[in-house]
Amino acid sequence: MLSPESLKRIDHEISKYPLDKKQSAVMSALAIAQEEKGWLATETMNFIAKYLDMPSIAVYEVATFYNMYNLEPLGNYKLTICTNLPCALSGGYDAADYLKKKLGIGFNETTVDGKFTLKEGECMGACGDAPVLLVNNHRMCSFMSNEAIDKILEELSK
Amino acid sequence: MNPFPQTLLDQVDSSDPENWKLSHYVKRGGYAAIKKILSDKMTPDEVIEEVKKSALRGRGGAGFPTGLKWSFMPKQYEGDKYIVCNSDEGEPGTFKDRDIMRFNPHILIEGMVVAAYAMGVKAGYNYIHGEIWDTYTRMEEAVDEARVAGYLGENILGSNFSFNLYNHHGYGAYICGEETALLESLEGKKGQPRFKPPFPANFGLYGKPTTINNTETFASVPWIINHGGEKYLELGKPNNGGTKLFSVSGHVNKPGNYEIPMGTPFAALLEMAGGMRGGRKLKACIPGGSSMPVLPGDVMMETDMDYDSIAKAGSMLGSGAVIIMDETTCMVRALERLSYFYFEESCGQCTPCREGTGWLYRIINRIENGKGKMEDLDLLDNIADNIQGRTICALGDAAAMPVRAMIEHFRDEFIYHIENKKCMV
Repeated sequence: MLSPESLKRIDHEISKYPLDKKQSAVMSALAIAQEEKGWLATETMNFIAKYLDMPSIAVYEVATFYNMYNLEPLGNYKLTICTNLPCALSGGYDAADYLKKKLGIGFNETTVDGKFTLKEGECMGACGDAPVLLVNNHRMCSFMSNEAIDKILEELSK
Repeated sequence: MNPFPQTLLDQVDSSDPENWKLSHYVKRGGYAAIKKILSDKMTPDEVIEEVKKSALRGRGGAGFPTGLKWSFMPKQYEGDKYIVCNSDEGEPGTFKDRDIMRFNPHILIEGMVVAAYAMGVKAGYNYIHGEIWDTYTRMEEAVDEARVAGYLGENILGSNFSFNLYNHHGYGAYICGEETALLESLEGKKGQPRFKPPFPANFGLYGKPTTINNTETFASVPWIINHGGEKYLELGKPNNGGTKLFSVSGHVNKPGNYEIPMGTPFAALLEMAGGMRGGRKLKACIPGGSSMPVLPGDVMMETDMDYDSIAKAGSMLGSGAVIIMDETTCMVRALERLSYFYFEESCGQCTPCREGTGWLYRIINRIENGKGKMEDLDLLDNIADNIQGRTICALGDAAAMPVRAMIEHFRDEFIYHIENKKCMV
């Protein structure tokens, strides 16, 4: 169900917690599964539930509570732009509008070529670098002027 | 250049990609505190006493005295006890813990080792905000380095004291910055806050005695041990010991983190941050992260940056996130965005917060969009009243307080929006 590499990473996460507290690794296990699969299908979550000896419903609860998990297939690149107040004071909405225009989509939409999905994000804890953009949850891009956005889109379009 | 003494980022060179490493930290005098404790055979009580003397207060937002918090941990308890570092930095405007972890991660590790020694704890977790993934991987590397060098693990530096530290990442939930929600999340559940009491010192992670401190709080400890609690206190002012990182964002020329002694005038901090962008006038400032009451610019210019001075001015120091707004800022729109945030991030457990944050957002949204009514201002106050103090955790208060302060200080602007169906600025 998951690759040996992903399982090895999940095992490492499990080793951080007491032997009878495997459930503590569920957040990282879901993140690792999502990295491999792109999103969390029900069977992926069921697999993780079995792997961590926990009820499936408890895994669904976690996956639906935290907003960085993808509960449906998205474009190759999920772009999450922060528009919270500190970012907004430094051009967060301008960056969001520019992305919408450039990609021809609104928030929570995916481009027709399946490449990009655009999301509106909440504070990412990097307000000094505003506006900030997160690519596929793990790559943070700072100071998102129009030129900087052009550059990133060009790089990701290759 | 920062003219003030530094305790957190002392001699740290953020432009050097190797500077965060253990060898550099040791060269800067790092890991001296744990060596001192072990070679001087300081007792756990002596360590706690030193922290108490320093008047260090929790840097995450609540400002609770750290030494006192540590003394709540049961001393004779036979089973496992834990310490947990709250690095789930998601309070809008706050980005200081990220810089400690990416530029000086070993000071945090050393602070946690000292804390573990003081409280007789063998295992700790560092819960890191999910969005700052590079920082999580940096902490993973730093913990590995410390383990290899013998600062973490069994029999630290040949003593009979053992402590293991593990990193855990969040994945997008502001509420997990609340300490009991964070514990639920660490246990692999939804991050919904627990009812207190029992407090974590008695019933914490996995039901065991647990102390949770903010990243910056732990990172302040090595300096206190090396130089003494009294010296730390003297850096700041009575009841407000030491230095603190302030995250300055918004309409300034040089947004960023600035470490200054407690009690430094706000005007000096603003100058360090390059002054107002475009030379415009300071209209308002939220001095402690988005959950704290806003203050008008002229009040702020007269205020010093410490817990007691900001409280006296009518707000709270919170996490030390200073959000600067100039005269071009529409306060209705600013509040609308913040209210959306609390509505989005409410965990849904308590009715006043789950329903109330939605009401707040929808009403401010209609004022912003020219559909507001004059009665809305009283209605907002009424809703805020019915949230504040009526929920399990502080998120409800955090949603209500900014609404009341914004309307109190900028009432004219809200009225103008309602009457003219457009913005004043």
